[in-house]
Order: sequence, then C-alpha cells, then structure tokens
Amino acid sequence: MSAAGGGNGVAVRARGLVKRYGDLVAVGGIDFEARSGTCLGLLGPNGAGKTTCIEMLEGLKPPDEGEIEILGRTWRSAPREIRQRIGVQLQETDLLDKLTVLETLRLFRTFYSRGRDVGEVLGLVGLEEKRDAWVEKLSGGQKQRLALGCALVSLPEVLFLDEPTTGLDPQARRRVWEIVEDFKRGGGTVLLTSHYMEEAERLADDLVIVDRGKVIAEGSPAAIIASLGAESIVELRLGDEGADALDDEELAALPGVKEVRRETGAITLAVTATQACMGALLPLLERRAVTLEDLHTHRPTLEDVFVALTGKHLRDE
Amino acid sequence: MSSFNELWELTRTRTLLFLREPEILFWVFIFPMVLAAVLGFAFRNTGPSPNRVCVVGGGDAAALAERLSGAENLEVEHAEDLEEAELELRNGNYDALILPGSPPVVRLDPQRPEADAARLRIELGLAAPPADGDRDPVLELDEVTAIGSRYIDFLFPGLLGLNLMGTGMWSIGFGVADLRKRKILKRMLVTPMRRASLLLSFLLARLVWLFLEVALLTTFGVLVLDVPFRGGLFAFAALSVFGAMIFAGLGLLAASRVRTVEGASGMLNLIMMPMWLASGVFFSYERFPEAVQPVLRLLPLTALNDALRDVMLDGAGLLAVAPELGIQLAWGIVAFLVALNIFRWE
Repeated sequence: MSAAGGGNGVAVRARGLVKRYGDLVAVGGIDFEARSGTCLGLLGPNGAGKTTCIEMLEGLKPPDEGEIEILGRTWRSAPREIRQRIGVQLQETDLLDKLTVLETLRLFRTFYSRGRDVGEVLGLVGLEEKRDAWVEKLSGGQKQRLALGCALVSLPEVLFLDEPTTGLDPQARRRVWEIVEDFKRGGGTVLLTSHYMEEAERLADDLVIVDRGKVIAEGSPAAIIASLGAESIVELRLGDEGADALDDEELAALPGVKEVRRETGAITLAVTATQACMGALLPLLERRAVTLEDLHTHRPTLEDVFVALTGKHLRDE
Repeated sequence: MSSFNELWELTRTRTLLFLREPEILFWVFIFPMVLAAVLGFAFRNTGPSPNRVCVVGGGDAAALAERLSGAENLEVEHAEDLEEAELELRNGNYDALILPGSPPVVRLDPQRPEADAARLRIELGLAAPPADGDRDPVLELDEVTAIGSRYIDFLFPGLLGLNLMGTGMWSIGFGVADLRKRKILKRMLVTPMRRASLLLSFLLARLVWLFLEVALLTTFGVLVLDVPFRGGLFAFAALSVFGAMIFAGLGLLAASRVRTVEGASGMLNLIMMPMWLASGVFFSYERFPEAVQPVLRLLPLTALNDALRDVMLDGAGLLAVAPELGIQLAWGIVAFLVALNIFRWE
C-alpha cells in the first residue's frame, strides 16, 4: 500500500484555526502539522476543543478563522476528493443496529469510487467471525473495530480518529491500537484525539497538547516529557496532618527537587536527582515524626507534564 | 456507476432495516387489516333495527300495547310505573314512552337519532285498522342490496389512505430523525456519499414497501371484505404512488430540523392527528359545518381519500380526480422544497 505521498511531506496542515460558539471560544487559534506517514495526537482533557478541532479538519464544521490543508487540498476547492482520500471515525457514532457487519462495510464501501475489498477489511479489523452478526449484537470493542473498518474501506491516506478507545476495556483498547499501528506501517497518516496519555504515548509520533482551545505544548512525546526537566516524579502520601508538618520551601530545598506540588493528602515532587533527593527526604520525615502512608517514584509521563502546565489532570472529570 | 451503486445499496439497506423490524410489519400490514375487519363487522348493515317503546299506565294502557304490538319494527312493552319508565327512556333503553289518552301522548327526545323512526312507527301502528281488514297497499316495495354503499365500502379506501399517510410519514420522518440523533447522518457526511442519494433512497425504499402494503391490503379488502374495486388498476396504482410520495415529503419536512426521535414523533403526530379526524377516514367530512369543508377538502389526506373513493367505488379515471391530484401535488412540492432548504444534516 502506497498511501502517503512519500517522504516527509505534510499530510494535514492547520493554521490559525479559530471556532467560536457565541461568546465561547472553543478553539482559539491553533496551528499544527501532521507529517505524512506519522501519527499526530491532539491530547487534552474533555472540553479542551479537540473534537471541534478534528471536526473542522474533517470538513464537518467550517472554521471561523484559519486555514486547513489536507493532502495539499482545501475543503473549499476539492471537498469530494478529500472525502475520498480520508477515513474518519467520529466520537460515539452508532452504526445501524439491524445491519450485519458485512452489510455495514459494503454500504460504506459503495460511497467510495475506489477502495478495499470488504473481505479484506474484515480481516484488517479482525471481525471475520462476526461478519453475519447484527451490529446490535457486537461488544463495545467489536463495534469500535467495525467503525474503524468503515473508515478503512476506502484505502484512506489520512485517518482521523476522535477518541477511538474511550469506554473500552484495556484488551479491546490494545486491539484498536494494533489496527492503527498496522495502518501507520502501511504508510498512512493518522490524526488522533485522546485524553488517554498511554494511548497518545504509544501511537503518536508528535503531540499537540491542548487546553481550553489553546496549544500548551508540542513535540514528540519524549521531547515533551523531557521539557519537564525531571528525572523522576516522587509522590508522598502523608495524610492531612503529616502534610501540614512540612512546608513547600523546605521540600524545595532538598537536593535535586525541581518542583513541589500539593494535592489533598499528597505531595508530588519533580526531581532531577532521585537518589540524592531520597537520601535527604527520608531523614527529614524521620525528624518531623511524619508517618509515610505511601511512597511512589515513577518516570515522568505526559500526565505529569500536563499537571505541571495546567495544574489539572487529563482525566479530571 | 458508483452513484448508482450507492443509491442501490442505500435503498437495499433501508428496505432490509424495515423488514427486520417486526413491529413495523405489524403496524403497516396487520393492524390496518384487523382494523378494517373489526370496523367492517361492527358497522355491518343489519337492516333496520327495531325501536323499543313502552306504554305506561293501567287500564287502557294494556289494550293500547296490545294494539301496537302488531306494528312493524316496534318492540312494545307495558309498564305501570311512570317514574321507572322515564328512567329507562333517559338511559336509552326505550326510544319513546306512550301514555294512553285521546289522542295518546308520545314522549321522546327529538335530539336522538332513533326518535324519528320511533315516532313514525308508532303513528303507523296506531293508524292501522285494529283487525286485519284488507286494505289496498299505498305503495309496493322493491328491495335491492347496493354493494358499495355499505360502511366498510366507505371505510376501506379511507383506511388505505390513512395507511399511506402513516407509513410514509413514519418511515421517513422517524428514519431520518434516528439517523441524525445517532450521528449516522454525520458519519455519512464525511464520506463522498451524495446527499441526494440518501434522501432518494428513502423514497425508493418507500416505493418498495408501498407496493407490498397496497397490494396486500387491497387484496384483503376485495377478497375478504367484498369491497368493490371498480376503477382501473393503473389509475389506482398511480394514485397510491402519488399519495405515498406526498406524505414522504411531509415526513421529510417533519423531520428536517428535529434533533431527537421524540421530537420527530411529536411533530409527526401534530401533522397527522387533524387528518385522522377531519379527512374523511372513518366518517365523511361532510358532517363538519359547511363553512370549514372547503378547508378540509384542501388537506392532503382528504384529497387522497376522495380520489381513492372515486377510483375504487365509482370507477373514476385519473382525469376525473385531477383536482385532488392537483391539491396533493401542491402539498408535495411545497413540502419537499421547504424540507430540503431547512434540512439539518448534523
């Protein structure tokens, strides 16, 4: 399959995208580019403007300002050509309950002037055994894979996925990821929105982190994590009294501590030198007679970056 | 090529979805047949029904009752107690009370439809000679049965029209609203599918089951209920297709903006309910005051029912029902144009 236009051209380009609903600015001037053959992830909490953004790219909503270019075309000049060359999975779309898997794929296949054989798509999304089952009898994961299949029938060059695994169990989620990775291996470009950092880290080559309609960080997952400048994150659970016995200044003064953050009953430290920090932290707790309920250290994740940038968690709702 | 494929597949899908809903099959096919059969049975022609009357009082009353008992279609009873008899009159168990005297007094409620017949029959009974004296008959009776004048004959074309309206509006209105609510419409919009294909597929699928619906119901009506079918098959078929398309347009209009299926069903009922009552399905719209009848005649279902009755019962051709066709055409064009202009795709 020679899906992408070869090299590292830009498959999707958005410049200065703005979308307002009355007084509410859903997307407030966003720029990004998805290189051909890579996956660009839009990561952010619910309500950050990800879906509005991706629906503008899909041609469903006209942007109030800004420009969109998909495979070198614009929605104004070549809407049918773009639709022919992209595959889309919307957030929470139902399919027709009383149609079988095969009938559903065949229906979508007829919308495109060229594309895959539906039997091949069944194989791609692993639904061969369910081909004659009604959609209403499928599990959540199977439905999601069928929705992916509908996006893949056209042999698309760009795949738009809006929260493709929300509500799925971990195993079903991994199967969806494998399908997306297969598509990428074939040279396709993926544009993904997600509020799961694990999903973004696994699938995305480049990330745009959005919050309240603005880009707050971008780059590869590794680069974004590195921008935190921490070697590890140390989480202490001390209970309310224990936490009050320590103040932020003395924690920040410990060797290797870059940043101190408090949440109810817990303190989180961004640390540049883990060993040195621990060596000083534990004696401090000892001196203050603070009982440690729990202690964790982990490598920094996108979630930590997001918390550091916004003070909120990705999945806070 | 691809655009034909797309239309074919969309139409096939719509038809399959319809056939896979047993409830729809019930409402479209079984329900109208049962309704026609039950109403046809309940309102079958049973000949004139007799009037129950009561002669009240003592003494002369018994003789008077005896004298009237020979009268045609009169069930005569005798009671002593006036109060009790009056109660029975109010309850509708007696159509009239007769109090002996000279002349006898007949007490009845002239508002009730049975009153006239009762009065006439009592008069005839009293006028007849007490004994069986031979008298020359005033007139001679020639009894015939006119097929096509029974209630079921009136009812059946109306039910057919009602069904064309219901199926057309529900299938399209509900189908569109459901696709929109569940974002399937939106999902289709991000494919190169032509919007016209989707709308057209609803109409074509409607024609597929229109054929089944009309063929089955009409066969049932003609074979089982003995409803006359005097018109030409072509005129009848053309009229059915015409009617179905008009209501498809109205269904599309009803669903063009609504976001939920509940909203759609409210809108559909709002449009259909007045026509259930005022378009001459179960009873003639001529029972409404004369002033509103011209308006009622302009309703799409009234036009369809009138035309269906003319064709089925009177054997009219398409030309004869041209005014009704014109009314429907106007509705159809306006409905489609407005629907397409205000249609909400998302």
